[in-house]
Amino acid sequence: MDELTSVFIQESREQLAEMEAGLLVLEQSPDDPGNGELINAIFRAAHTVKGASGVVECHFIENFMHKVENVLDRLRNGEIPVSGGLASLLLKCGDHLTTLIGVLEAGLPEPAPADQATGDALLAELSERYLASAAAGDTAVSLRDSESGEVMASGGGIVVTDSWHISVRFGRDVLRGGMDPLSFLRFLGSLGEILAIETISDAMPAAAEMDPESCYLGFEIRLQTRASKADIERVFDFVREDCELRILPPNSKLTDYLKLIEALPEDDMRLGEILVRSGALTQAELDEGLNAQRDEAPLASADNPPHIGEILVDNKVVQKELVDAAVGKQSRIQDKKAVEARLIRVQADKLDQLIDLVGEMVIAGASANLLARRSGKAELVESTSVLSRLVESIRDAALQLRMVQIGETFNRFNRVVRDVAKELGKEIDLVINGADTELDKSVVEKIGDPLMHLVRNSVDHGIEAASVRAQNGKNVRGQIELNAFHDSGSIVIQVRDDGGGLPKSKIRSKAIERGLIQAEQSLSDQDVINLIFEPGFSTADQVTNISGRGVGMDVVRRNIQSLRGSIDVSSEEGIGTTFTIRLPLTLAIIDGFLVGVGRAAYVIPLDMVVECIELDSHGVDRDFLNLRGEVLPFIRLRALFELPDDAPPRENVVVVHYGGQKAGIVVDQLMGEFQTVIKPLSSMFSHLRGIGGSTILGTGDVALILDVQALVQRNSRIEEKTLNQASLARAS
Amino acid sequence: MAGTNRITLIDDLTIYHAEAQKQLLLDALAAPGAVEADLSQAGEIDTAGLQLLILAKREALRQGKDFHIVAHSPAVRQTIDFCNLTAFFGDPVVIPAHESP
Repeated sequence: MDELTSVFIQESREQLAEMEAGLLVLEQSPDDPGNGELINAIFRAAHTVKGASGVVECHFIENFMHKVENVLDRLRNGEIPVSGGLASLLLKCGDHLTTLIGVLEAGLPEPAPADQATGDALLAELSERYLASAAAGDTAVSLRDSESGEVMASGGGIVVTDSWHISVRFGRDVLRGGMDPLSFLRFLGSLGEILAIETISDAMPAAAEMDPESCYLGFEIRLQTRASKADIERVFDFVREDCELRILPPNSKLTDYLKLIEALPEDDMRLGEILVRSGALTQAELDEGLNAQRDEAPLASADNPPHIGEILVDNKVVQKELVDAAVGKQSRIQDKKAVEARLIRVQADKLDQLIDLVGEMVIAGASANLLARRSGKAELVESTSVLSRLVESIRDAALQLRMVQIGETFNRFNRVVRDVAKELGKEIDLVINGADTELDKSVVEKIGDPLMHLVRNSVDHGIEAASVRAQNGKNVRGQIELNAFHDSGSIVIQVRDDGGGLPKSKIRSKAIERGLIQAEQSLSDQDVINLIFEPGFSTADQVTNISGRGVGMDVVRRNIQSLRGSIDVSSEEGIGTTFTIRLPLTLAIIDGFLVGVGRAAYVIPLDMVVECIELDSHGVDRDFLNLRGEVLPFIRLRALFELPDDAPPRENVVVVHYGGQKAGIVVDQLMGEFQTVIKPLSSMFSHLRGIGGSTILGTGDVALILDVQALVQRNSRIEEKTLNQASLARAS
Repeated sequence: MAGTNRITLIDDLTIYHAEAQKQLLLDALAAPGAVEADLSQAGEIDTAGLQLLILAKREALRQGKDFHIVAHSPAVRQTIDFCNLTAFFGDPVVIPAHESP
């Protein structure tokens, strides 16, 4: 697949997502007076896809989108009313377009017959319901269609574009007359949409002769509008005397463009390039024009002088690479051209490579730092510390490159919730908070599926049927919330519903039935709820095709744990359920806090460290201490990892917190901050609890990274057990 | 960076100040080294102002020097954007989050 096509595929998917988002809103509130802008946006997206599909010569998409665009155009002009039904139909069209893009991506020449039939059925429905009444008005469109077909075949006919081309050169005295050309152009924008604009400053003389109060600028503009030629001319009324204005209506003859090129004062070759760049002409059209001119040249009449052909030959031969470059940009695809100029697409693996290198640099930097400090040379220490500060900045910047907003992932669920809710006959609103929260791209990619499970579960099991909700005195419309926010070095994603909550007794009996627990086993409420994460667990009374096949929550939990994250659930019967996912911001590099026990070094993620205190030498037989009146349970790393050597006389406690819980970790030495590149442990060690990975110190030694989450959880479990025992003892 | 002249255009980039600003820009370009124009104070920009910026950029390109606009004011940024000249100036532009698409 060539590059152009792959760009087209990618961009079409983006446009499609935009379209879909717009249509969903439209479907929800068809009567909202503010819909005009929305419809415009949907139209633009559809139009862009259509235009671009023409450029990559993917005709099955072009034909399909043409009809869709026609309907949207009528919608935009208020000829047909907005309705939920129309939006649904258009959503289906969007789905079909997804299929078609898939076909293109697979490199097939045309869609499979079944898909073709789907598309035809959709088109038929569209035409019948929304285009038929305007059959008369539509002939023009279809005529245009057939003509544009001819252009493909014979060339030299009509330039396929539905926008006006305006070419304006302002006179020298415009500025002195108190007029500002830019304001005319801005006003022009109010007539319709400016698709492309090129500023021509060729007329400006050298700096010495340039009079700052004269105007030397001209513009080539592509404008999409319903306004008439007179309307466009009227914009320039004030400067009519003082400017050269040429307007080409949509679908002008190629020769008109050639005349325009010839008539304008600037270099012809440059103009050809500008026209291609602004999207008025494509290279194909230029080439076709060229061929046609050549063919016609012998018959050339007076008003078709042969030198136009020569211009084009020049154009083609001399400016070939310029034209190529301009076509390569395919500004037709890019309505958002100006913005695109500031964005570049980079392949993800290049980025990964960069991060890898930065990671190595961090390690090398740490080693240099260490050596410098050992050498005791002040200058060396100073220069390495500057270096390490820079490395730190580079690391942050490199990681920032990989950060993407989670909103895009969240927005996908609008559609999911709508579809699933519709299927189940429920009314559900999706509320999204914190869509601009950023997290690592690789995490975003992997979180999509687990989130999908959770959202589908919420729609299916969480939110009750409308009748049940009404009975319980709840709002008939259910609500699902997706929240994202940052919290101490992790990102928290919540899926909350206001449904029936998890039925504890049902879960319990199900678990007994499945042999997950014993009937007489006493479990806390939280433990019962957590049973849903056990493999092969589903409480749905009926297995629907949406969820409830019992392969859900355990997979979700596993996926999230593989991202070094955790998932919690809290639920209150009758009120709702909240799933809380915590994920590390990034997978590659962390700021660590280096500690030593015996001769081994360990790294604690710095974000989780609250403070460090010295362990009081008395009371060392207990596993908790009094931290300013709070009970702080702690873990002795020496005992936990069964290190053989004896504890030194003075030990320290690192207070860490995770997910609202605090715990202490007892270590021998505090060795300070340390940037850590996480090297995952091999699968041989994957069952080790409490260790999250390893890293290499500047000295070349290996340090283990502590999995604080596992340690804290272990701690709180032990705590709970002791509490239970204590209460049991009291009861007996 | 060594040898960078930073000039700050305090007045609006409009025809009323065009003459003076042209001189300012050309003087800066005449001196050795790259030129950085700080436009954060330029509240308004009209065609004359835009023209001057194009002139300065063109002049710098002719001389093989660097001419950069730093700290675009919103008006400058919008105008350059509107006229599709962002690539021509080739300066990094800060897009405020609430305006980005």
